[in-house]
Amino acid sequence: MATTADHFQTHAEDHHHEHKPAFFARWFMSTNHKDIGTMYLIFAIFAGIIGGAFSGMMRVELMEPGIQYLDTFAKWFGAVNPDFNSTLHVWNVLITAHGLIMVFFMVMPAIIGGFGNWFVPIMIGAPDMAFPRMNNISFWLTVAGFCSLLCSAFVPGGTGLGAGTGWTVYAPLSTSGSPGPAVDFGIFALHLAGAGSIMGAINFITTIFNMRAPGMTIHKMPLFVWSVLVTAFLLLLSLPVLAAAITMLLTDRNFGTTFFDASGGGDPVLYQHLFWFFGHPEVYIMILPGFGIISQIISTFSRKPVFGYLGMAYAMVAIGVVGFIVWAHHMYATGLSVNTKMYFTAATMVIAVPTGVKIFSWIATMWGGSLEFKSPMVWAIGFIFLFTVGGVTGVVLANGGVDDVMHDTYYVVAHFHYVLSLGAVTALFAGFYYWFPKMSGKMHSELLAHVHFWVFFVGVNMIFFPMHFLGLQGMPRRYPDYAEAYAYWNHFATVGYMVMAASLGIWFLNIIYAYAAGKKAVDNYWGEGATTLEWTLTSPPPFHQFETLPVIEEAAHH
Amino acid sequence: MKIFQNALAMGHTLKAAGLALALLAAPHTAMAAAQPAMSDAAKAQSAMEKTEEERADVPGVEAIANEFSAGDESNKSSATTGSYTPMTPTPGVGMPIDKAIGLQTQYSKLGEYGAWIHDIVLMPIITLICVLVLALLVIVAVRYNRRANPVASKTSHNTFIEVVWTLVPVLILIGIAVPSIDLIAKQYKPAPKDALTIKVTGNQWFWTYGYPDNGDFEVVSNMLNIPGAPTVNNGVREVGSQPWDGPSHLEVDNRMVVPVGEPIRLQITAADVIHSFAVPSLWFKLDAVPGRINEKVLMIEKPGVYYGQCSELCGAKHGYMPIAVEALPRDQYNAWVMTHAGALIDGQKAPAAAATPAAETAPAADASEAPAAEATAEAE
Repeated sequence: MATTADHFQTHAEDHHHEHKPAFFARWFMSTNHKDIGTMYLIFAIFAGIIGGAFSGMMRVELMEPGIQYLDTFAKWFGAVNPDFNSTLHVWNVLITAHGLIMVFFMVMPAIIGGFGNWFVPIMIGAPDMAFPRMNNISFWLTVAGFCSLLCSAFVPGGTGLGAGTGWTVYAPLSTSGSPGPAVDFGIFALHLAGAGSIMGAINFITTIFNMRAPGMTIHKMPLFVWSVLVTAFLLLLSLPVLAAAITMLLTDRNFGTTFFDASGGGDPVLYQHLFWFFGHPEVYIMILPGFGIISQIISTFSRKPVFGYLGMAYAMVAIGVVGFIVWAHHMYATGLSVNTKMYFTAATMVIAVPTGVKIFSWIATMWGGSLEFKSPMVWAIGFIFLFTVGGVTGVVLANGGVDDVMHDTYYVVAHFHYVLSLGAVTALFAGFYYWFPKMSGKMHSELLAHVHFWVFFVGVNMIFFPMHFLGLQGMPRRYPDYAEAYAYWNHFATVGYMVMAASLGIWFLNIIYAYAAGKKAVDNYWGEGATTLEWTLTSPPPFHQFETLPVIEEAAHH
Repeated sequence: MKIFQNALAMGHTLKAAGLALALLAAPHTAMAAAQPAMSDAAKAQSAMEKTEEERADVPGVEAIANEFSAGDESNKSSATTGSYTPMTPTPGVGMPIDKAIGLQTQYSKLGEYGAWIHDIVLMPIITLICVLVLALLVIVAVRYNRRANPVASKTSHNTFIEVVWTLVPVLILIGIAVPSIDLIAKQYKPAPKDALTIKVTGNQWFWTYGYPDNGDFEVVSNMLNIPGAPTVNNGVREVGSQPWDGPSHLEVDNRMVVPVGEPIRLQITAADVIHSFAVPSLWFKLDAVPGRINEKVLMIEKPGVYYGQCSELCGAKHGYMPIAVEALPRDQYNAWVMTHAGALIDGQKAPAAAATPAAETAPAADASEAPAAEATAEAE
């Protein structure tokens, strides 16, 4: 520990760190965790606008029964006189791109690449990440992956332009069902983003294990650092399985193998097992760092240490471990044997226990506290409620026998958007308002941030709550068109989308306000509740922080 | 080879057990099915009389009720002639309802059980949990805001309460798991040996229904085109052009016709990519996977038309390959069967051999294909 610290101190001094590199060197050859974190955040916002625009295109098409706009969208993607099949194919491209962009190029880069890069080294008292150059290539691989995904929209993918396989890329729709290079581009995008994420995970694990400041023991780390550590292990163990699965897809598509083709002795269901062995941990990859952010915020604005710190940390470890043995609950309709289905039902329900521990511990943290409803706190409380709603519908879906009627309906869409779009994204906004002044040095408008929250809260609930009703009534997901009976709630959801979109306008306005007229942020603008190490630094922090490593005293903070 | 034989043997054992169970349950089931069937058959009959005069030969209510208890003793006459007019669906039955917020009404025993678990067990629990969390958040916000409580306590541990909020959810989940696991066990109970087998095949983008026990004819089922919308299927008429047509997006040209009140063995597979055979009002969803046969029992309690839609992304027209299941009393089902070229009633060699009770010949027909299919299911 001491050796590592000494090494970094001398390293920093060698470099005349106060001098920032010139523009190109600083942003394109960056080895600074804060700059890379900023780039991740900007990239995630950019990708999120595109992914969000796709969901807007979907919602406007779903506003009324029948096909109204897909023809126009097909022309946007470069189709000339599209026939009905290629018009409908655009829908599948939209759902595929929306899912992949939001998962791999919005939530993950923002929450791990962005906030993780920015605050994990600072919170453990480290000057930077363990492997700064690898950090840089992680980011640029993600960007390259995104470009590959965008390219796929303009090349043939079977019945039309683009990859229309769903984000799950199930074989054989993604193999024999989708000739043309679009799906190959999509697979390549996942390979690149996956490689970037694996390197990022290695970087975080090494940093957290080896570069904690003196006195910062594992059991004193802030919960956000814990959450990123667990997430990094999930990434490291699950992404190679995805890489294997999609490589097999590539060889099935291009080199005549039959891993997933029954006519050659393969099995399409094998792909589903491999995909969901990655895919289920993936949902925890997206939500666990959000848990960490919420813990920091709740503690800060309650002026109390987190209730049951160890329970909170090991609940995340438990969620991570159990997350690896529940994957087939995504496959209840695929034809599992009776014992398999019973096992996965029971195992899936187990996850509710550590998740419940987290919800109750957050409330217990606030209990007896001195609560201040600054914007991050309002977002965090909103998160607790919305995540609870998404969590309990997860318990419903965990039941293999009940899932028969809900699998692949809008009930599932409602469930995973409540935990991700209303869970992870709400946590992202909470983290954004918590740390934006620290990162930029400018205070945002609290008023606008509160208005943003309430408009967003109303909007997303209007979009996703009626989807439970649609799902219970049997509306299948991934449908561009639907029976008259589903029209009312679909129209309602589209109106909700417009409300949500307006809230994002308020958010952008707030960012512009902060840079144009925002007050300068002091070191610790949230006051005495904010006890982690980032609040000991200036806002924004120096280009290289902790030239002299901080020493964490006994019972300092969590 | 050994493994295969073992699987085969296991399949037979399972089938025997299933048959025994079915026999035990049979009197009860028959009674239960006969009761609602009477009133519904009457409804269905009157509906049909409105649309088609020639339905005058529909057997009376008593005859239908006899069907359920006495087997196919009384259907020979209609079976040999072969006549069929599609049933007019009852609005709101077997299809989604405008502005509805709950599950579709269920028309199978397992569906009623599943809906009970959802509506009576799960919904109250999850609603209470959400209300509890919301109430706690409101209490905290009121009692512990900075004005009401300027100085925060420093409490950060309480072992008792942490044990409570770990154990109480465990107990709740066990309470949920008991009926839930029971439902799964019931869903996997194999069909009795002499059950009618229907082979369902998903294709891009239509369904085909094979009737191996009825002379192996096949029904091709396409969605009806929607007026004013692009043509989905050339040569298939528009929805609403016949009086018995159901809702657009859901109605098909040729429905999957099945007998009501008896277990049907559905063997589901696909020809190209993965599809999923799903009917919400029958609590039925099973993927159609190319190269596999998935098997599940379907038993419908009331005559009617039940709509569903493909539920696994299968390409461009994924949204345009609905499922319509028409459940008819046995004699009307047999009459429908006989409208197809080369059709047989339940494994009888020819209509001439109608004197032979169907139940005797059915297992023979069954034995030729069912073990192979069940071995496939076992091997999974």
